[in-house]
Amino acid sequence: MDIKWDKILITGDPLILGSQIAIVLTMVGIVVGLTYFKKWKYLWSEWLTSVDHKRIGIMYIIMGVLMFFRGGVDGLMMKAQTAVPENTFLDAQHYNEVFTTHGVIMILFMAMPMLIGIINIAMPLQIGARDVAFPQLNLLSFWLTFAGAMLFNLSFVVGGSPDAGWTSYFPLAGKEFTPGIGNNFYMVALQIAGIGTLMSGINFIVTIMKMRAPGMKLMRMPMFSWTTLITSLIIVIAFPIFTVALLLGTMDRIFGTHFFTVADGGLDMLWANLFWLWGHPEVYIVILPAFGIYSEVVATFSKKRLYGYTSMVMAIVVISALSMLVWVHHFYTMGVGPAVNSVFSITTMAIAVPTGIKMFNWLFTMRKGRIEFTAPMMWTLAFIPTFLIGGVTGVMLGMAAADFQYHNTLFLVAHFHYTLIPGVVYAVFAALYYWWPKVFGFKLNERIGKWHFWLFNIGFNLTFFPMFFLGLQGAARRMYTYSEESGLWPLYALSAVGAIFLAAGFAALCYNIYWSIRYEKRTTENDPWGTARTLEWATATPVPHYNFAVVPEVTDVDAYWEMKKNKDNFALDPNKIKPIHMPSNSGLPVYMGAAFLIAGFFLVFEWIPLAAISAFLIFAGMIKRSFEYDDGYYVPVEEIIEKERTWRGDSKWKAK
Amino acid sequence: MKKRKSLLLSVVSVMLVFLLSGCEMAELVVFNPKGPQAEKILDLINWSLVWIGLIMVVVIALFVYIVWKYRARPDNADYEPPQEKGNHLVEIIWTAIPFIIVVILMVPTVTTLFDLEEVPAGYEDQEPLVIHATSADWKWIFSYPEQNIETINYVNIPVNRPVLFKLTSAGTMQSFWIPALSGQKYTMAKMETELYIVADHEGSYFGRNSNFNGKGFKEMEFEVLAQSPQDFDKWVKEVQEKAPKLTEEMYAEKLKPSHLGRETFSNTHLEWVDHADHHAKEYLNPELYRVHGYPGKTFTDENNDIDNDTENSDHHHGGDHSGH
Ligand code: HEM
Ligand SMILES: [Cu+2]
Repeated sequence: MDIKWDKILITGDPLILGSQIAIVLTMVGIVVGLTYFKKWKYLWSEWLTSVDHKRIGIMYIIMGVLMFFRGGVDGLMMKAQTAVPENTFLDAQHYNEVFTTHGVIMILFMAMPMLIGIINIAMPLQIGARDVAFPQLNLLSFWLTFAGAMLFNLSFVVGGSPDAGWTSYFPLAGKEFTPGIGNNFYMVALQIAGIGTLMSGINFIVTIMKMRAPGMKLMRMPMFSWTTLITSLIIVIAFPIFTVALLLGTMDRIFGTHFFTVADGGLDMLWANLFWLWGHPEVYIVILPAFGIYSEVVATFSKKRLYGYTSMVMAIVVISALSMLVWVHHFYTMGVGPAVNSVFSITTMAIAVPTGIKMFNWLFTMRKGRIEFTAPMMWTLAFIPTFLIGGVTGVMLGMAAADFQYHNTLFLVAHFHYTLIPGVVYAVFAALYYWWPKVFGFKLNERIGKWHFWLFNIGFNLTFFPMFFLGLQGAARRMYTYSEESGLWPLYALSAVGAIFLAAGFAALCYNIYWSIRYEKRTTENDPWGTARTLEWATATPVPHYNFAVVPEVTDVDAYWEMKKNKDNFALDPNKIKPIHMPSNSGLPVYMGAAFLIAGFFLVFEWIPLAAISAFLIFAGMIKRSFEYDDGYYVPVEEIIEKERTWRGDSKWKAK
Repeated sequence: MKKRKSLLLSVVSVMLVFLLSGCEMAELVVFNPKGPQAEKILDLINWSLVWIGLIMVVVIALFVYIVWKYRARPDNADYEPPQEKGNHLVEIIWTAIPFIIVVILMVPTVTTLFDLEEVPAGYEDQEPLVIHATSADWKWIFSYPEQNIETINYVNIPVNRPVLFKLTSAGTMQSFWIPALSGQKYTMAKMETELYIVADHEGSYFGRNSNFNGKGFKEMEFEVLAQSPQDFDKWVKEVQEKAPKLTEEMYAEKLKPSHLGRETFSNTHLEWVDHADHHAKEYLNPELYRVHGYPGKTFTDENNDIDNDTENSDHHHGGDHSGH
């Protein structure tokens, strides 16, 4: 093992040096701050080791926001670089690294954690559960995702960033063409995060199958929980494919095997197939929970039951099945022949049908409703026309023969941003504004929310709409610059202007969070929006750690709406309250995350003996876990009564 | 409110400036085809635009109508919306109509797919000109086996004659794309894909690799010059007579990651290697791809020159590797 000490840190680039300094300063700042305010213990015992699904959800979301910032800065750097022709702000190598990390971070470390965080917060409450099925596993999922994200982000300042695109196509991503360790970061970091995601998927499925409140049949489950179930199924089916692909890729890169190489009979298209066998379902993994969020929001703020509930469920089931059958549309151009391309064109375009059903159902949910333009509803409304553009351009791309002209161009980049941003980011915003008061006991400010909304929407369309035309002008994606004669600059420049608005929109969101934490009116009302329909609004605000004092009985979809209609005034008979069994916190997942991070780091640097030794750290953690006999603890009745009395009011303590 | 208006105004004015300076803007090359293959694709695109336009208009109209009509107003504060579950008939209708539109778009997609694999209609009576296009980091190599000439980064073709491009790569995966003439297709090492192209106007067209392949990707462009048959023949003759010969050593040098200008030779590299062949010799130079950052191990050096059976390379041409 030969360690080249002088090459570990990346040197000689002002941007990277700046980040290195910023990172060190931030870390010192955090450590000093925590020590000064004596918050170490609080942080450790209340958050980092907490198995409470709501807190884990919050940690996921904080991570998602940070990664959105990082991915967004990458996006802005690309837009700055291509704002004018022949720009030299980034050179080719840097641009390649930036779009690679942008793509990976946005999808795997922004979209996924945000949605898994929101699922963690809302889903157990919606189905009337007290936690997920495996609380400690849930925390482990978080720490593995976090470890993967940290390892991946480290590549920017230590060792070199991956530079083969978020698709990391071989043979380019193999050692024959990228001999640095940059792409090792991709293979190893995504593997670690992927294990965490897979466990989340299993956890959510078991939670939904086993822990629904009495009377909540599957067909009475809120739509967001339905989409969680289906998304988790896709995770469990699709992620193992990625696991295998990454493993083979790691073997190629670190141990010199020839699965995907040019030399010795490697098959580069095998990677492309495995990648998209996971990759296409992956985009539905992130889009389905978003559909669920919109379904909840649109019903709440139209004051109406979700239109066509049954067909909505059928639509997501059909979408999930089709999502596994379309992967070849990412490489129609590999010359596999018209018959195969026809089949995959058909499956791809068929997805438009269930998606259309959902669109119309949302529209008809609003019809005859009373639509309130609150912040979550605004994002839902904006979603409909913008996602429509994403959807119809998706059909255009799905038509294989036409795709020969769109493939690998900015038309494609415009299309998938028109699906991912309205489809995921808008939904995340809607969810944040919607569930924020439930979690924290105050709303995000509506007026600043309007700024956030308009800046982001104008920015988004201004940035990405011109890209459709750039693609039709012949601009390939992933080009770090273009010549003046090419005539591409007007639209590129327009698009760059849009990015400024996008950044301002994100800043408005951050400011809104800050402002609302400081000044927004506090509330303990269980239903601060007044028109909510599902169970999470039937308990205290902020939600107590045991969720429900007594698990509610469910008789219909929209369980909470039914309660309100039946004039159930939340009287609770204290005699019905029993001690509640809850899981204890655990530091082991933090340890496991650290162990994976260390082993992963050594593996990335190809220091095999060190990696092997640190793999024992992982095994040690697993062994420790197998000998743990912690049965959790009971929340005493007095504590529950105390909590419940404060939000229900004394008058409701008479037995019914 | 005022602020928002001025914001909008500035955005609109920026857009206007761009529209007025439109003369400098590139044309939408996909909408300006110069050959039957690109025309066929454009017909399909236009057909899809009609239906997609229809969908957009209907859905957005419905959206605006519903949101406007059912918005919350102070005077409907007591309105209690009906809790409807759905309506089977309506749901069946909005499943059936998109389904029909999908079929309407699907049929021409399939026929176009099959059409694109063949010599375009009206040109079947001519023998296609075969050109091997080999992509390498970061250049395009065109070999004319019949004429026994080779060019780098440009390709001349006779107008109104079908050209069969046999595509392969010496290393990374790339995509061969001449938007004015046809859609793109991948080039892959040790595989061969085929693309028929006809240019029905003389002129110079822009071609490029559209599939990202590392540092020099952006510059990987080439020029297609569609000439009259006489000019083409004259050019071929001239090259055969005047251009230098390519040797394997020179060739190996050219395959190293680099940018080359235009070059011309009076023989082809197919004499010693056809990269489409499953057992083709590799010309890999991992050490030349080092960039900043920590260096990883490389593995391929030692097997660099196994499997070199040059005498076989001829009958691998046009083999059946295109099915990958
Ligand atoms: C916030 C504003 C955003 C901006 C300004 C932005 C901008 C860009 C740009 C300029 C590119 C590369 C274009 C090229 O090929 O040269 C790109 C690629 C990409 N973006 Fe974004 N983007 C944004 C948000 C997102 C989000 C939210 C997601 C996903 C959830 C996303 C996912 C991707 C992916 C997957 C790629 C492809 C990367 C690759 O080529 O390997 N982006 N984006
Ligand atoms: Cu896909």
